[in-house]
Amino acid sequence: MSKSFVELNDVKLRYSEGDELALETTNMKIDKGEFIAVVGPSGCGKSSLLKLVSGLMPPSEGNVIVDGKEVSGPLKIVGMAFQNPTLLPWRTTLDNVLLPMEIVKPHRNRLRKHRAEYEESARKLLATVGLEGHEDKYPWELSGGMQQRASLCRSLIHEPDLLMLDEPFGALDAFTREELWDILQNLWMIKPFTVILVTHDLREAAYLADTIYVMSKRPGKILVERENTLPRPRDQETTFTQPFTDLVHELRSHIRDVREA
Amino acid sequence: MKKKLNLRKATPWLSAIGLFVLWELIVRIFNIPPYVLPTPSESIIVGWQFHEAIWMHAYHTLYTTLAGFAIAVVFGVVLGALVGSSRAIYDAANPLLVGFNSVPKVALVPVLVMWFGIGTVPAIITAFLISFFPIVVNVATGLATLEPELRDVLRSLGATRRDILIKVGFPRAMPYFFASLKVAITLAFVGSVISETVASNVGVGYLMLSASSKFNMPLVFAGLLVIAVMGIAMYEIFNVIERRSTKWANRGNPTN
Ligand SMILES: Nc1ncnc2c1ncn2[C@@H]1O[C@H](COP(=O)(O)OP(=O)(O)OP(=O)(O)O)[C@@H](O)[C@H]1O
Ligand SMILES: [Mg+2]
Repeated sequence: MSKSFVELNDVKLRYSEGDELALETTNMKIDKGEFIAVVGPSGCGKSSLLKLVSGLMPPSEGNVIVDGKEVSGPLKIVGMAFQNPTLLPWRTTLDNVLLPMEIVKPHRNRLRKHRAEYEESARKLLATVGLEGHEDKYPWELSGGMQQRASLCRSLIHEPDLLMLDEPFGALDAFTREELWDILQNLWMIKPFTVILVTHDLREAAYLADTIYVMSKRPGKILVERENTLPRPRDQETTFTQPFTDLVHELRSHIRDVREA
Repeated sequence: MKKKLNLRKATPWLSAIGLFVLWELIVRIFNIPPYVLPTPSESIIVGWQFHEAIWMHAYHTLYTTLAGFAIAVVFGVVLGALVGSSRAIYDAANPLLVGFNSVPKVALVPVLVMWFGIGTVPAIITAFLISFFPIVVNVATGLATLEPELRDVLRSLGATRRDILIKVGFPRAMPYFFASLKVAITLAFVGSVISETVASNVGVGYLMLSASSKFNMPLVFAGLLVIAVMGIAMYEIFNVIERRSTKWANRGNPTN
């Protein structure tokens, strides 16, 4: 019997009546604690896929099952981060990171009384992404990369079972990006949570994911499901090894086929 | 640096003084009779002669304006919150609001007089009617322009509409709200003075009307100056409040 954490069964998505499908019959099975990456051409429905899984949008056909239950409204435990950090400019970095605690149960009822304890864990998390000493700054006082780190902390602070990342490193320089790969991989290895990462960067997919899905042009559907068994923790060295470069080349040729199709 | 700052502070005063000097010179050079256009010095002198009466009327106008403005703030925030947080209410209310805003409020004063009689009540209502619109629009805009991604982040944490409104909507709408107060308070003055002019026996508007019927032009202009000064003072107060309370909206840019 299936014991997947996330399951998409013959899911189709159409934004409005008479429109072309945004997502063509899609099936996926993601295990608990699995790190998957989705790659594909622009407009193929990757962001839509995230919205379907997190219950922000219902599928037009088929169903989405998370943790054994059919998704019928927004899940309440998902962490999300986007390319745009979307921090609240009137809150300090620390307060931005604590935002989920003000919303998610049971934390929202405990926060006032145990504020110090929550702040402590937020500070700790910020330190792991290299933002020690910046807790009391406002987002506009941080660089883009620092804001993105804070945004990542905000998506993780409540220890979500499911993390949705929509090109979170897309706007960063190569060094910061690879540094954040390591940070994310570390956090995930210490206490695995299920991750769906949407990315344009094939090296990023190969570096981070256990399974990589390649999607077709609109109407998007999954064309390739590729296991990635490179040993963990992966690091800079891994990216120079033959298996890694082979994997990236293979993914690249899939994408090329998709684009030409 | 310091010198530059002082100069910036002095600029509005200099321009005001410059305007008065120019006005004074034009009247004197072209020998314009006072019943057409009095000099500012004359207006100020006459204003001082009548200062007790002016003070009484100005106080009344200020009271009327602030009362109408206060109602406009409460009403504007509530309506703005409704319009800004629900698509359906927006669709229903928008044409009505725009239509209502296009009606010149002076045309409503006779109606208000029929209902409430001559005096303070129509003036307060006129001040309210003329000033609530920008508040509604700005509050609604601030609430409605929430980034969809941020909304997704919050909803997938299990946030209710109320959570989103309190945690993000209202703080985000604050700069819009305060910006609208500056506009609304000056409009409220327009409203109360219009109504006093048409239908009252107190207030600066009434004072000016009665002065002009006695051909006392300097007193009319003294009244105008008093209104202008009150308007500027109120605008400045709300300007300061805005800057103090929404520093983040300037993203730390050093705007004086
Ligand atoms: N709100 C919407 N209403 C109508 N159509 C939409 C909406 N959002 C997305 N679409 C369409 O659905 C398709 C998939 O969009 P989606 O945002 O999921 O693509 P994507 O794979 O994330 O693209 P990108 O890589 O550029 O972010 C696109 O062709 C887009 O035009
Ligand atoms: Mg996208």
